[in-house]
Amino acid sequence: MTAAIVLASVLVALWVFGVDPVSGVSLIAKGAFGDKFGVARTLVRAVPLVLVGLGVVVAWRAGVFNIGGEGQYVVGGLAAAWLAAALPLVGPLAMVSFLAAAALGGACLAWLAGWLEVHRRVPAVITTILLNFVSLQALDWAVRGPLQEPTRQRPLSARLPSESMLPRFDPQTDLHAGVFVAVAAVAAIWAFFRYSHAGFLVRLVGENPRVARANRTDTGRTKKLAMALSGALCGLAGGVTYAGVSGQIGDGFAEGWGFLAIPVALLGGLEAWGVLAASLLFGALLAGSENLSRFSAVGPTVVYVIQGLSVLGVLAAFRWRRAGGAGGP
Amino acid sequence: MDLSFLVQLLRFGAPVGLASLGESVGQKSGLINIGLEGQMLAGAYAGVLASLATGSPYIGLLAGVGASLGLGLLQGLFVIRLALDQVVVGTSVNLVALGATSTLFRAQFGSSGQLLSVPALPRFGPGLDLVVLAVVPLVALVAWVMARTKFGLVLRACGEYPSAAEAAGFSAQRVRWLAAVIGGLFAGLAGAYLSIGVAGSFAESMTAGRGFVAIAMVTFGRWRPWGVFAASVLVGGLEALQFEFQARGVGLPHQALIALPYVVALVVLVVVGKGGGAPAALGQPYERAR
Repeated sequence: MTAAIVLASVLVALWVFGVDPVSGVSLIAKGAFGDKFGVARTLVRAVPLVLVGLGVVVAWRAGVFNIGGEGQYVVGGLAAAWLAAALPLVGPLAMVSFLAAAALGGACLAWLAGWLEVHRRVPAVITTILLNFVSLQALDWAVRGPLQEPTRQRPLSARLPSESMLPRFDPQTDLHAGVFVAVAAVAAIWAFFRYSHAGFLVRLVGENPRVARANRTDTGRTKKLAMALSGALCGLAGGVTYAGVSGQIGDGFAEGWGFLAIPVALLGGLEAWGVLAASLLFGALLAGSENLSRFSAVGPTVVYVIQGLSVLGVLAAFRWRRAGGAGGP
Repeated sequence: MDLSFLVQLLRFGAPVGLASLGESVGQKSGLINIGLEGQMLAGAYAGVLASLATGSPYIGLLAGVGASLGLGLLQGLFVIRLALDQVVVGTSVNLVALGATSTLFRAQFGSSGQLLSVPALPRFGPGLDLVVLAVVPLVALVAWVMARTKFGLVLRACGEYPSAAEAAGFSAQRVRWLAAVIGGLFAGLAGAYLSIGVAGSFAESMTAGRGFVAIAMVTFGRWRPWGVFAASVLVGGLEALQFEFQARGVGLPHQALIALPYVVALVVLVVVGKGGGAPAALGQPYERAR
């Protein structure tokens, strides 16, 4: 049903913005799957959506609204770029340490928001949003200051040597080994919720904090843990983009993944494999709408509209189904 | 401090101030409006379009208010009528508004980010205009309505304990609808003033998080209209100060100055915590038991 609602949202959005829905959808499909470049574009865009989307899932499952994926993503990228500038690492060791630094950076930022919610009772909705803006300014400053490339011409960090970047399958496309990181993360988060004690506690605290407290679960600790894990995934996304796609970060590094991933997590039903499916769908829409923008006035920004309409549509559909069954809740 | 700086303070503080004033009314009724950013953005865009089309900045302000109100009613349908999660719905409304304004703006004016020549609001005396003049009376009006009228009392009851308001014979949903309308009006005025009065143009995602800052200011100002207003003017003041500092060449990186309002808001929230004053039923959907 979710897929049908997303498709309806695509058609509605195209129609509203004056694009013929049939030719619009075929242009999007061509841009997303038409050739190997399209498929690579789709997958490359799906990778950060999967990782940040999983991050959103972990936090929201614990009942903490982490809207700070954007900031954690940026801090992850910054941490990796800082490590690259500070230590002369090369090869596989470099890749692993970049990703670890990125995850750690994101985890610290999100943990801070979790700590504030638990100990100072400041809602994470507010702090994570504020931290987004602080992180974006830190990025803006870093790429014009300490991390700027040696010639100091442009607001960009120095480019990674290609042997330190995640390997690519085909020199003609951007598709990089980060897709394996994303799939591994999906499996890991699925297993975390399915089999681990901590994963069970996270779900328990999110679904029924009273029962959790009655069973002497430290709900605050669980929330902080969930936030740290969530931030680690968002930061990892930044690290994968840094070491996989561009090899450098600039002031436009953020690109809105932190916001795009929230509907992805919701439409994926806050489940790991659902996030994977939703990420592929929206990765395809993002890649396809780039193709669309070459033939019409409508470009990738339309994906935001599609996402918003889809979430509202799914919410309404679930609501009506609930109201229809057995006389309501 | 001279008079023109004071006016400058009010001008920069007005968008966040008006938006957070509306948000405080909504929160007092139990609605947390995460879609505020999107409502402001819609107001900013509609305001620019209408004032370019008609040549009148006042019609622009009205159009901005109308667009934001429309979005606020849509959001109300989901969070009040259907009693769905307020954070999720608000986030979606933000995405719709951001996507729609960016797509329309690119389609109409190209993606080059050109400056539009929007007709300016007429100014009197030391740079005052209609909106700057209206801000303080509006704060006083909201403060009076919230504290002294029956409507204000019922509205606060709906935010604290909606079942009690219902038991006393009031419809919590109807009161929240009115609060959503008030919030939409203020958000639209804030957005339209930002584009027409402060920037004189429109740019993609030009609200740049002011809607989110406004939400934080409500907590910062302890849900009291004058407190919320003071917090917003402080933040607006930091923004005005940033231009002053740049002009005088103060040796701080300007990114630190841009981040300052957010850091100040964070620090204050950390120091005061959520504490008292938060409506008990904030963010909780209310459905009448059947």
